[in-house]
Amino acid sequence: MLTLIQIELYKIFKKWRTYIGFIAIGVLVPIIHIAMVFEGSNTLNFMTRNIQQSFVFVGNLLNGYLVSYLILTSLAVHIPFLIALVAGDLLAGEATAGTYRMLITRPVSRTQIITSKYLAGIIYTNLLILWLAFMSLVVGIIIFGTGELLVISNQTVIIFEKSDILWRFLLAYGFASLGMSVVASLAFLFSSLVENSIGPIVGTMAVIIVFIILSAINIDFFQTIKPYLFTNYILSWRLFFDDPVDFAELTKATLILLGHIAAFFSITLFLFKRKDILT
Amino acid sequence: MNGDKIIEINSLSKNFKDLRAVNSLNLNVFEGDVFGFLGPNGAGKSTTIRMLLSLIKPSEGSIKLFGKTLEKNRIEILKKVGAIVEKPDFYGYLSAYKNLEILGRISGKEISKNRIMEVLELVGLSKRFKSKVKTFSHGMKQRLGLGQALLHNPDLIILDEPTTGLDPQGMKEIRDLILHLSKDQKKTIFLSSHILHEVELVANRMIIINKGTTRVEGYVQDLLNARKLSVSFEVNDEEKTYNLLAQTGWIKKLESRAKTVFMFMLENNEIAELNKYLVENGIAVSAVIPTRSLEDYFLKITDEVV
Repeated sequence: MLTLIQIELYKIFKKWRTYIGFIAIGVLVPIIHIAMVFEGSNTLNFMTRNIQQSFVFVGNLLNGYLVSYLILTSLAVHIPFLIALVAGDLLAGEATAGTYRMLITRPVSRTQIITSKYLAGIIYTNLLILWLAFMSLVVGIIIFGTGELLVISNQTVIIFEKSDILWRFLLAYGFASLGMSVVASLAFLFSSLVENSIGPIVGTMAVIIVFIILSAINIDFFQTIKPYLFTNYILSWRLFFDDPVDFAELTKATLILLGHIAAFFSITLFLFKRKDILT
Repeated sequence: MNGDKIIEINSLSKNFKDLRAVNSLNLNVFEGDVFGFLGPNGAGKSTTIRMLLSLIKPSEGSIKLFGKTLEKNRIEILKKVGAIVEKPDFYGYLSAYKNLEILGRISGKEISKNRIMEVLELVGLSKRFKSKVKTFSHGMKQRLGLGQALLHNPDLIILDEPTTGLDPQGMKEIRDLILHLSKDQKKTIFLSSHILHEVELVANRMIIINKGTTRVEGYVQDLLNARKLSVSFEVNDEEKTYNLLAQTGWIKKLESRAKTVFMFMLENNEIAELNKYLVENGIAVSAVIPTRSLEDYFLKITDEVV
């Protein structure tokens, strides 16, 4: 199995499309950093416009933590696309290239093939989130320094002390990895159904966008189905920036996301083991 | 038949919705055979090969390889099988060497660097081992396909149209390689090809299928010898020849004529006899061209309504 995972990772990182995600984050995050250097004060003023009458802010609030928090918030839709770009190609890419035949006629089980490809996709996903964490948090701290983190949640202002922030980011990025693993699992499932990687990428994004829109519509019916949409839990990393942290809600979100991962992977495995390879 | 059954297919069928691609197919391949698997396009050859390699699941019937059921012993069996299925496709963004290295690592055997280079040498690609496969011509990919099939030194080699896209020299090289693998390395070879002449040249046994069903199976030589030959005689005098034939029973064996070329359906021993008769009666025979081939046989068999 380890050999298969190594091979899959080798194949992933030999493809140009794999680096699109890393390059996109490597370009986009510094652009946001540069913008924050020039416009960060205005952004901070805008964020605190309703409470400036009541509070006096001192210290370095425009710091690496705040910038990283804002970046994490704003990339909710973009990162899934970068994930789907690779995860959607894992199986469909083999079908397009016709290499399924070479792979499946080797003495390895289909379960091993699917599992190794899936794990390689999850490793890529986590590396991408790690890269995002490095670019936004580490580079952000280098440029803007550290300080207290100001978060406005549900009209409530929360200011975290400098010593109380890093663990929240570590867990938040960990949770973001879990959320993106659901996206990777969905793209992987779609990838097993078709012979062209465009379909899984578009399909995954369509599901995410539709679910996000449905969650945002303030109509009773949509609010009723909201708890059943996995996108509703992908952004639960924000709960780490509440005070106190609602661990019960986080546990529920974690279990729901893990359930989605298990379900998407199981369906993929079930379908692939019965699939006739005709490409 | 040389030895044990290497491939044993019983009542094999495959349905794709309403289409019955393979219909109760039976065949046996024995150890050391070069087994020709013939049939026109759409006859069910590739579907059968895909079932043999567990790429698709049979709807009915059973497949045994090396005496073991494929379904239950797939991994153990595939360690002893090398195959090309239709056109060989590879990871175009990787080199020929890397492609073989990857496939070698999952072949169930230790494949050394030397073995990879040895195989590349064997298929004539050793000078391009660093080149990305996307830069290869179809013929080069076909050679690399053969290389990956031989990489782990399998006992059974399944070749689905292995000479497609090769030039005449390349086709001859593949043919020679098949003979070398069979005679010198005692491999069992299952060869599907639409180039029937090639099967005639390398196979000892064969099956012809059409519409997913066996039409005929047996030793190539037996099947050919059992057939009458189509033989063309080119003569100097059309009218005299025709009159001579009309005086004897030879006229019944005349199939067609075009000016001075007369075509007969003859038994093997009748060719010399007819030639002698014509020459002794003053006809100059400038050419005797037998057109006996598996191709005629193949066309006749596959033209028949199943």
